[in-house]
Amino acid sequence: MSDQYVLETQNLVKEFKGFVAVDDVNLKIQKGHIHALIGPNGAGKTTVFNLLTKFLIPTRGQILLKGEDITPLKSAAIARKGMVRSFQISAVFPHMTALENIRVALQSFEGNSFSFWKSGASLNRLNARSMELLESVGLTEFANTTTVELAYGRKRALELATTLAMEPEILLLDEPTQGMGTEDVDRVVELVRKAAQGRTVLMVEHNLGVVSKLCDRITVLAQGAVLTEGDYETVSADPRVREVYMGAGSSGERGTDAEVEAAQ
Amino acid sequence: MSQIDIQSDIQQTILKQQKIDSRRKWILNGVLLVLLLLAPFVMYPVFLMKILCFALFAVAFNLLFGFTGLLSFGHAAFLATGGYTTGYLLSNFSGLTTEMGVIAGTLMATVLGLGFALLSIRRQGIYFAMVTLALAQLVFFFFVQASFTGGEDGMHGVPRGELFGLINLEDNLNLYYVVLTVFLGCYLLVQRIVSSPYGHVLKAIKQNEPRAISLGYKVDRYKILAFVMSAALAGLAGSMKSVVFELASLNDAHWHMSGEVILMTLIGGMGTLLGPVLGATLVVNIEYQLGQGPLRDWVDPILGGIFVITVLAFRSGIVGEVQKFVRKNMG
Repeated sequence: MSDQYVLETQNLVKEFKGFVAVDDVNLKIQKGHIHALIGPNGAGKTTVFNLLTKFLIPTRGQILLKGEDITPLKSAAIARKGMVRSFQISAVFPHMTALENIRVALQSFEGNSFSFWKSGASLNRLNARSMELLESVGLTEFANTTTVELAYGRKRALELATTLAMEPEILLLDEPTQGMGTEDVDRVVELVRKAAQGRTVLMVEHNLGVVSKLCDRITVLAQGAVLTEGDYETVSADPRVREVYMGAGSSGERGTDAEVEAAQ
Repeated sequence: MSQIDIQSDIQQTILKQQKIDSRRKWILNGVLLVLLLLAPFVMYPVFLMKILCFALFAVAFNLLFGFTGLLSFGHAAFLATGGYTTGYLLSNFSGLTTEMGVIAGTLMATVLGLGFALLSIRRQGIYFAMVTLALAQLVFFFFVQASFTGGEDGMHGVPRGELFGLINLEDNLNLYYVVLTVFLGCYLLVQRIVSSPYGHVLKAIKQNEPRAISLGYKVDRYKILAFVMSAALAGLAGSMKSVVFELASLNDAHWHMSGEVILMTLIGGMGTLLGPVLGATLVVNIEYQLGQGPLRDWVDPILGGIFVITVLAFRSGIVGEVQKFVRKNMG
């Protein structure tokens, strides 16, 4: 069964001084799926991401990547094992050009990253591959632009391209459409769909429209625990899911309530 | 035009830009070189050497602060360790030639730097600064207590000796050109480091550390290497300083010195190559000029004022602001 599930958590728990942020979560992510992690604010979605990539240390429980226990590994080692994450807040290197952003990711596998005596020109042979990746997210013309000057949607696209440069087997996307206008959202949906070919994707997403279009399977978190799991129809029909979303009541959630209803 | 053509077009543009940048860099290097070669005919060589030693110290500090994003508040420890080691060896072992003493001083500072780095590198921001300060204070108290340093009086009469046993360094002009060569070598080395593949990773770590980690970089190792190289160059600056002045003094180990190098770097422009050199030149000159005149007792408040103005009004420092201006107005 480990063949089927590329990523599993077993009884994953994270406690912060008496407060249980992630409570006994068992995730099973099937190979090739786009799997969504949804839930109201404060449900622990991002915390789960941080645990999976070891930006936080789990209090208890295990994380299995392709059947191998990766719980003791550090963040950088996990990235090298093929599980690469993006961040909720656009994570780019602001004072590098778009091309340099991608090159840094490609360089990670070059084995020259400690070569402080080598000329920077030795990185130019990564340019062609970087341009291909920029092309794949529609940023060709911005290759030589300093990233800080790019619009928000383009920064997110660049971040995705940088993540893809790592050739990850598993892609963890933390709210890829957060803070975007409708047009950008549609573009990102297409990008994620394209990126997901031959890969497994686990994404945190608030926009249920996006989830319904993209995801094969959905896990709903509430107060740190798994509330339910299934495909979009099952989950959106579940009265408990509607209840936690309604009950949350924050302004950020109302939009998604409307979408739950619209989708039904 | 097909997509492939556009791609290779942009790649060509980028390569051309790199060439222009590197030509600019070498023109600047050339001008700097000519000025420094001629300088001792206009100014007192020992004063110039003092500037070069502090400039190297600031360049070393900037490698860590400006290019890696780590604010060490303990760099005086490396300057002093280099100085005392070289001073002690040259004073007590007459068989040693000057360059051996300097190399030994540099090595000692390198080892100390590794120790500091291993103990501090996991701390972030202000905590990192505090740990380095605390460690540097330990080193300071060691130098106060140890008998070979001469305590508060300092270590006097360090012989300048002869380079490779051949060139007499008692001659100021000879020594000037030796110090200049070492300085230029280190300057070019740092220039190389920051533009190397390694330098690109440092840039990434400085700009967004969590992202660098998520791209598979073990950032601590990169930071440790930067710290050690910075400490080594700072130690080299201290070693040469003790040869130039024939003196290793407790001032170099004092936390005041750690603060001064921050000031030099900020005034000149952190994260630029020329900034710390300019900053060191300015600070050493201001201290000297004011120290001569009626404002003798006001040197520290005046430097403090300059520091405040720099931080409030032009945060990128002189060179940084000039770079911004050039970029804005000349494409």
